[in-house]
Formats: sequence, structure tokens, C-alpha cells
Amino acid sequence: MGIAVAIVRMKDLVAVIMLAGIYGLLSASFFVAMDAVDVAFTEASVGAGISSLLMLVAITMTGRSEHPTRHKPVLALVVVVITGALLIYGTLDMPYFGSADAPIHGHVAPRYINDSMQEIGVPNIVTSVLASYRAFDTFGEVVVIFTAGIGVLTLLSVVRLPEDVTKSYSLNDSMYEQQLILRIVTKMLIPFILLFALYVQFHGEYGPGGGFQAGVIFAAAIILYAMVFGLRTSRRVINQPFIQLAAAMGVLFYGSIGLVSLLNGGNFLDYSVLNADPIAGQHLGILLIELGVGCTVASVMLIIFFNFAGRREVQQNRRDKETK
Amino acid sequence: MMLMGLYNYWIVVVLMMIGFYIVIAHGNLIKKIVGLTIFQTSVFIFYISTAKVDGGTAPILVEGINQYSNPLPHVLILTAIVVGIATTALGLALAVRIKEAYGSIEEQEIQKKDNQSC
Repeated sequence: MGIAVAIVRMKDLVAVIMLAGIYGLLSASFFVAMDAVDVAFTEASVGAGISSLLMLVAITMTGRSEHPTRHKPVLALVVVVITGALLIYGTLDMPYFGSADAPIHGHVAPRYINDSMQEIGVPNIVTSVLASYRAFDTFGEVVVIFTAGIGVLTLLSVVRLPEDVTKSYSLNDSMYEQQLILRIVTKMLIPFILLFALYVQFHGEYGPGGGFQAGVIFAAAIILYAMVFGLRTSRRVINQPFIQLAAAMGVLFYGSIGLVSLLNGGNFLDYSVLNADPIAGQHLGILLIELGVGCTVASVMLIIFFNFAGRREVQQNRRDKETK
Repeated sequence: MMLMGLYNYWIVVVLMMIGFYIVIAHGNLIKKIVGLTIFQTSVFIFYISTAKVDGGTAPILVEGINQYSNPLPHVLILTAIVVGIATTALGLALAVRIKEAYGSIEEQEIQKKDNQSC
């Protein structure tokens, strides 16, 4: 791990981003080694996939190389070393790695492990904590993701003029004609990626997976399509207002499940009242909540990608006009 | 060696400080965002490593296994990762807009331009 990070001091930003992707993948394997399979799943798709992609798109707009820093980094180094030393001093009182009697394993964790099968009836404890015991927190996080999507939309969205669409469309077409093998392989892969995303979405109760991971994988399939077949084609396949609507609908759906359980006489997001059988109610609630989460995550990732790429396209067109 | 039982925290501290160093010592905004990502991941590793129990397995209930790792930090970090990518994207979007407004994403050049316009 340390090796991958030490090279991040390079000046070429493309190399830096590639290394950051490798770092993400390495930390995902680290999470598997520490039994956090759900987390590893998310980190592999997010840290190694989407985040490096977004950074690459961003540097095509902001320039590739970094200027050497003029002031000496000695002061920064001193600050870092002192902070690090203090933190290491602080760890001396921490419980040992892997010890079962650490304070963190007291309190609520035993209840989740021992009782969740009777109360929720879902084998994957992470899912039952995420979507049922702490559904309110998860709701907040979905709203944060939604807000970030809106933020990117406000910062980067561009008004598209309808007349220049047809003109450059033919130009793009011939350009993508050349990558025949890539296109065919992508076409074959995309249905499987989408299928896998749906599997992850609906299998989250029994194995690692759930709405967050499924949303990211689903978005990755469509981003792959957009990268190989060009932005314009994919914009015709996936309607932009539709994904914006889908992002909002996911959050709304999540919230309204909570309201439904309120109206049925339970607490907000308490699914036991959704069905005569509390366990069946929990199953139903978790399934629907995960659907809302997946919907929002996938559409926000797509909104972010399409806005970055669309911005870049507009900049390129402007540059082309200036050179002419 | 009793102290060796704390090695997971030291890895986290080293990673965290590397991220911190990139954030404060580099002027390039994209590089700063990469630094923040490293910092963020080190916090994730910290949480996950506290959840690990020796002899425990992944928190998916199976017949015949009694020892599981703590699921609570997993839940926290799972959502934190996805929220993290959303906020990173927001940071990158800001960097792109700064580039458009100032023509540069180097901290010093931006400050120079600010001082000139004052």
C-alpha cells in the first residue's frame, strides 16, 4: 500500500490518477482481507472505477501537468510529521487489532449479530443494519448524494443548441466506426453488466451487495456505452431529463416508504407494519428501499458523468471554432 | 512484542499523513483532491480494521458459525464511500469552473490573479 501511495508525488497527473485507481483496488482487497465484503465491493467499483474516470475527464479540461511548487515544502513536512507522531502516540491506548473484547464490539453490535435473524430475517447483517435498523441514516446519505448531483448539475450544465447537433453527429459517427472490435465487445458485455447490477441489487439481502453497489455498476455499464459509442448516441438512448427525474424519484420513493409505515401505525421507516407478518414486511421494506437507493445512486452517477463530458464537449467545440 | 498488535493503526496514520501532505504541500487543485481521496480511504481502512475480530468471518449469517466481524462500521463506510465519490465529483466540478474562470488550477496563480484584480 505504501508503495502505491509514495509514487503519488509524481508531476504527471495522468499517472497520479492511474496510481490512485490502483490504490483504490488495493484497498478493496484490503477490505476483503478484513471481512468487509460489502465495503470491498463498493470500493472496487467506486474507488478503482468511477472516481478515476471522473478525474481523467476533469484533467482533460484543466490541463495535464502540475507546476513545480516554488516554496519549500519543509514546513508542510514538519507539520505532517508532528501530526503523525501525535496520532501514533494516541494509538498506544487503542485496543489490539482483531481483539474480540474491544469497546467497539460491545453496545449494539451483539444485538445486530444475534437478533437480526429473528427481527429482520435477512442473512446479510450489513444489509439489515443499513436498510432497517439505520434506515434513517441511509436516507440522509441518499439525500447527500442527491444534493451532490444537483451541485454538479448547477456547476457544469450547459445549454445545448439544437442546430449543431446534426452537424457534428455525422463526424462523430465516422470516428467511432474505426473501433469495430471495441464496439462489438462492448455491445456483448453491456447486457451482462446490467444483469449483474440487477443481481447485486436484488441479492443484497443474502450476499454482499445492495442498492449502492448496484447503482454504481449500473451507471458504469452506461458510461462504458457512452465512452465507446460517443456522447450523442448515448444521449439519445438515455434521456437527460429522465435520469434527473429518476434521481429525484429514488429519494422520494425512499421517503414515501417511511411515510407509508407511519400511516400504518409504525415508526418512520419501520417496515414491520407493512405486512401482516413482520418479517415479510421487513423483507418488502428493505427491497423497496434498496430500489430507491439504487435508482438515485445510478442516476446521480450518470448525471455527474454526462455533465462533465458535456462540458468538455462544449469546450472542445469552442476551441475548434477559434482555430478555424 | 505487545506493540505489534497496533500495526493497523500505524498503516492508517502513515497513509493519512501522506494524503495530508499532498493536500497542504501541493498547489494543484486536482492533486489536492487526489490527496483528499487518499486521506479519506485511510479513514475507511481505520474503521474497517477496528471491526475485524480474530477468527471472525464476514457478517453474513450462516449455520454453524458463531464468530462474526462487527457489521456496524461496514455499514458506515459503505455509505461513506458512495457519498465520498459524490463529493469528490463536486470538488472536481469546482476545479473545472475555476479553470474556466482563472485559466489555471494552480493555487499560487489564482491568488496572483485575485491580488491583481483588487
